[in-house]
Amino acid sequence: MTSQSGIEAHVGTPARPIGGAVSTGRAGDRIFAAAARGSGILVLAIMAAIAVFLIWKAIPALQKNEANFLTSEDWNPNAVPPRFGIAQLAFGTLMSSLLALLMATPVAIGIALFIAFYSPRRLASGLGYVVDLLAAVPSIVYGLWGLLVLVPHMEGASKLLNTTFGWIPVFGGDNPGKSSIFTAGVVLAIMILPIISSISREVFLQVPRAHVEAALALGATRWEMIRMSVLPYGRSGMVGASMLGLGRAMGETIAVALVLTYVPGINWHLLENGGSTFAANIAKNFGEAGEIGRGALIASGLVLFVITLVVNMAARAVVARRKEFV
Amino acid sequence: MTAVSKSAPGPGRSAKGSSLAPVSSSRKIKDRLVQGLVYAAFALAIIPLLSVLWTVITNGLARLDADFFAFSMNGVTARDGGGGAYHAIIGTLEQVAIATVISVPVAVLTAVYLIEYGAGSRLAKAISFFVDVMTGIPSIVAGLFVLAMWMLTLQIAPEGSGFAGALALSILMMPTVVRATEEMLKLVPGDLREASYALGVPRWRTICFVVLPTALTGILTGIMLAVARVMGETAPLLLTIFFTKAINFNPFDGPQGSLPTFIWDQVSNPQQTSLDRAWTGALVLILLIMLLNLGARLVARRFKPAAGR
Repeated sequence: MTSQSGIEAHVGTPARPIGGAVSTGRAGDRIFAAAARGSGILVLAIMAAIAVFLIWKAIPALQKNEANFLTSEDWNPNAVPPRFGIAQLAFGTLMSSLLALLMATPVAIGIALFIAFYSPRRLASGLGYVVDLLAAVPSIVYGLWGLLVLVPHMEGASKLLNTTFGWIPVFGGDNPGKSSIFTAGVVLAIMILPIISSISREVFLQVPRAHVEAALALGATRWEMIRMSVLPYGRSGMVGASMLGLGRAMGETIAVALVLTYVPGINWHLLENGGSTFAANIAKNFGEAGEIGRGALIASGLVLFVITLVVNMAARAVVARRKEFV
Repeated sequence: MTAVSKSAPGPGRSAKGSSLAPVSSSRKIKDRLVQGLVYAAFALAIIPLLSVLWTVITNGLARLDADFFAFSMNGVTARDGGGGAYHAIIGTLEQVAIATVISVPVAVLTAVYLIEYGAGSRLAKAISFFVDVMTGIPSIVAGLFVLAMWMLTLQIAPEGSGFAGALALSILMMPTVVRATEEMLKLVPGDLREASYALGVPRWRTICFVVLPTALTGILTGIMLAVARVMGETAPLLLTIFFTKAINFNPFDGPQGSLPTFIWDQVSNPQQTSLDRAWTGALVLILLIMLLNLGARLVARRFKPAAGR
C-alpha cells in the first residue's frame, strides 16, 4: 500500500493468470463479468470524456479570441474583444515546477537512501510514515502556511540569493520580492518531496541483496556500495519518480495561487514578485469569469491536461521499462 | 544492513601489514560526507513538516471552540469575531461520502476485472495504463471537466451543487482505490479460488464471497487513504460547489460549503479574525485527515495477522 504514488512494487508476484477464460455461462456469471468489464471501460470513457468536453467547451472561446492563444501574454477574456494567451502561464508553470524539481529531487533521494540504508531497521517504516505525512497535508494548508509563514521569511532569502548569484540571469533583477515564482517553487518542492522519495525508496528496496552484499564483501564503503549497486539499478526508477513529481507540481493549484501575486507579463527574474501558472490562474480568475472567460479557462486547463498527460505517460513508461528487467 | 556495513572495513583494519590495505582515509571521508548529506536531507524534510504542524496547531487553537462547530458564517463579515464552519463541515462530509459511494463500486469492479477477468488482455493493459495516468490528473482539471460536462453541457445545477463537487472528487478517488484493490486481490492465494471452484461455486460467487472478503481489510485501508486524500482537495471544489456562507444540507441543490473552500475564503481577507478562522479550519481538516490515516493504519495492522500474509 504505497500511498499516493499509485506505483506499487511488484516483488515476487509474477503475473500468474489467476482467472482462466472458462465461464460457466450462468446468468449471474455473465452479469457480474459484464459489470466488471463495464467498470473498466467506464474508466477509459472518463479519460476520453475529459478530453472531449474540455475541447468542446474551449472551442467557442478560442474562436472569439483576438490574440494568439499560444504566444500572447495577456489574459483579458472578459474584455470586448477578448484577448488571452497562455505564454505567461506556461512560462510560470514550467519555471516553478522545474525549480521545485531541482530542489526536491536531491533531497528526496537523500531521504530515500536514509530510510533504505542509513536509518536503524526498526525505525525505517516509521520514518517512511513521517515522510508520507508530508503528502497527507492538504494543499490548502500548504497554501495557508506558505502565505502566512513562509512568504514573510522569503524576502531575506531572495535578497541573499540575489546578491550572491545575481550574475545568473534568472536570479538577477533589482527588486527581489517574497511572492515570486521562486517562493512558489519552494512550496512546490516541499509538496512533491514525498512522492519522489516514496517511489525512489521502493526502487531502492528492490535492489537485489546479492548486489549490495557483493559490493560490501569487496570492501566497499557504504557510499561506494550505494554508488556501485544501488544508484545504477535505481536510475530509471528515480528518473520516473522525479517526472511524476514534475507532473504533480505542474498541476498544483491552491498553494501556488495563494503564494503568487499576479503581475502581468513574463519576467525572467524569478526572484521578483509576479508570475502565474495554469492552475493558479484558473482558481484566481474563475470567480469573475463570464461565459467567454470560462471557456478561456477551460482552454488553458486543456493545455495543462495535455502537458501533465504527456509528462505522466513518459514517467510511467520509464518506470515500466525498469520493471521488465526485474 | 547496518551491522553488515559497519563490519565491512573491519577486515582491512585487522589485517594491517598483510596484502589487504586498510580503507584509505579519502574513501572514509567521502563515505562520512555522504552519510552527513543523507542525514541532512532527512532533517531538511522534517523542518517544513514540523513547521506546518506547529503553526497550524498553535494558530488554530485560538478559535477551536464550540461556536466553530455550531455556527455557519451566515451574516458574519470578515471583521467580526465568532462564526464557524458548521456549514463547511457538513458540506465536506456529504461530498466525500457521495464521492466514496460513486467511486468505490466502480473502482473495485475495475480492479476485479483487471485481476480476475482481464489478466493479460489488451483491454486490461489499456485500462491499467490509464488508471496509472489518471493518478496524475491535476485536481483542477477534474473540476473543469465536471464544470464543462455536468454544469455547462447537461445544465444540471449550473449554479453549483455539492453533488457536482462529489463527482469531481470521485474521479480523483478512483485510480487510488483501483490500485489498492488490485494489489490486495493479487495477494489472495489462487488455492482459495480453486477450492471454491472445486466445490462447484460459480465464479461470481467465488469473487464476491471468497476473494473480496479475504482482501477486505486491505481494500478498506486503501479506501480510507483515498478518502483522506480527496478530503483536502480544494481546486475542483472551487469550480463546482461555489461559495455559500449558509448551511445547505441538500447536496443536489444550490451551492454548498466545504472545509477547504472555507479556508480559501477566509484567507482572502486580511483581518486577523478571518485568518484565525482559516487556521482553525486547517486544524480541523488536518485532524480529520490524520484520523482517517490513523484509522487506515489500525485497520491494516489489526487484521494483518488474521489474513496470514
